[in-house]
Amino acid sequence: MANKRSWIPYLLILPSVAFLALLFVVPLVQTIWLAVSENGAPSLANAQRMASDINFTRSVKNTFLLAIAVVPVQIAIALAMGTMVSKVGPGRETILWIWTIPLGISDLAAGLVWLSILQNTGYLNSVLFGLGIIEQRTGWLSYQTPIALFFAIAVAEIWRGTAIVMVIIVSGLNQVPKEFKEAAEIFGAGPRTRFLRITLPLIRPALQSALILRTVLAFEVFAVVYALGGRNFPVLVGEAYTWQNQNQNYGVAAVYAVLIMMISLAATLIYLRVIKVDPERLP
Amino acid sequence: MSATGNTANTAGFVSSRRWLLWSGIVALCAWVLVPIYLVALGALGGRQGVYQWPKTGLPTGISLDPFILFLKTEGVVQSFLNSLGAAGITVALSILLGAPAGYALARYDFWGKDSYRLLVLLTRAFPLAILALPLTVSYIRLGLYDTIIGVGLIHTVLALPFAALVTQAIFLGVPKELEEAAWVFGCTRVQAFLKIVAPLALPGIVATAVFAFVISWNEVFAASVLTVRNRTLTAYLLTVLSESPMHYRFAGGLMLILPSVVFIFAVRRYLFAIWGISSK
Repeated sequence: MANKRSWIPYLLILPSVAFLALLFVVPLVQTIWLAVSENGAPSLANAQRMASDINFTRSVKNTFLLAIAVVPVQIAIALAMGTMVSKVGPGRETILWIWTIPLGISDLAAGLVWLSILQNTGYLNSVLFGLGIIEQRTGWLSYQTPIALFFAIAVAEIWRGTAIVMVIIVSGLNQVPKEFKEAAEIFGAGPRTRFLRITLPLIRPALQSALILRTVLAFEVFAVVYALGGRNFPVLVGEAYTWQNQNQNYGVAAVYAVLIMMISLAATLIYLRVIKVDPERLP
Repeated sequence: MSATGNTANTAGFVSSRRWLLWSGIVALCAWVLVPIYLVALGALGGRQGVYQWPKTGLPTGISLDPFILFLKTEGVVQSFLNSLGAAGITVALSILLGAPAGYALARYDFWGKDSYRLLVLLTRAFPLAILALPLTVSYIRLGLYDTIIGVGLIHTVLALPFAALVTQAIFLGVPKELEEAAWVFGCTRVQAFLKIVAPLALPGIVATAVFAFVISWNEVFAASVLTVRNRTLTAYLLTVLSESPMHYRFAGGLMLILPSVVFIFAVRRYLFAIWGISSK
């Protein structure tokens, strides 16, 4: 649009720029400074204290394992959901609405939901007992059962976080022109070939943003872990929370925050590199 | 289910494939719904319900009393109101600041547009809740620590980039020609916006507002770090989690779920349109 009064767009974006500068850029710089300073002078003391903490290695390992276990499963389920729902005529809206319900559910609530199933007298144990697999109530969520606890947290995360991936992927699938698939079908491509050669490359932008969003959120995992296992399963954000609230040590908490930021940024950059997307399709 | 027109010899094959399709769909629906049903049983079953063994999954012995008892616990109603307050601030600010930016992105070409988009994209790559750590220090200095306004501000950082991207898409969906026609007929820019663009964009903006609400309602970390007495519902539940009995935890979970599920239901039409465009 031709516009002579070019100050108008600046007037329109100025409030949001000012807001983000004050509450995003400034705290970001402050976090980094808090992390790499001690009493106002540059220092690596906070980082050293973080690295020597007994929970540090475990929390790094747990967070990464969780992300590696959860994100691919979510993408796979979301792709299955997208493919299934595209074959449905009437009832499609209702199915999509049910599948998007977890979108409104917080990680804390999701943790509490799965706690009702996985606690000692919960539904999982009742079913296993009914089937004769276990003889008495078994605890799955204590520090003595780290593998069961890991699976419990992963299941709750998958339950909650798949909806957003599904929405992004279904939107991506909606934008794939029907003609492409029809043409491929005419030339004799089977469903598998059509999926791998036509659909998957065309939903690349959707896949990319779903992966970035989900991976960043996976490294932020916190409340679902806390609701299910308390502090039995240390993760990075949980450690940041503990150092800030219980130990009142802002410096170490800030190092954790910076570490999470660096991991998230690295993951984002890797996705941007590996999954090439036509720059015109970026927002 | 739609009727599939098929010839006799492929009918068996097709129907078994349809059977497979529908059992997959039903299984995934159950995967979403059954856990919510079970936590509702837990919330309404009270103390006896929690210790009942083995459980049946049938709604026996449930009543609203345990849930009401939970609501009467000290701090619950207040934290519920605090959550509403923080979400209200988030909705108002992210729309007031985000919608003009979205309009600028949709209608103007200007120097710095790409940098602005980069700023917005950057916020999506960061774990934003982490910003709450240094903010405690500034908030204490400014008197915003332990206030709902302070929580609303940090939640706006989460919701604002989203609002800018989504409203951009919404304004792009309103034909430019309608606006230009209004100018030709003597409307000023502001009049044209108010009379033509705003009414057409309104449903989408309402949907954006609902999303901002849900983002704030569900956020745990920042709210927990930035408040002590004036906690939001999520922050309150997080801090009392280890001390409260099981059925209170389930009641809290149910209370967190209900409003956002209702809101998501209200904007279900916009879900895919919004994310389709904002995820590009």
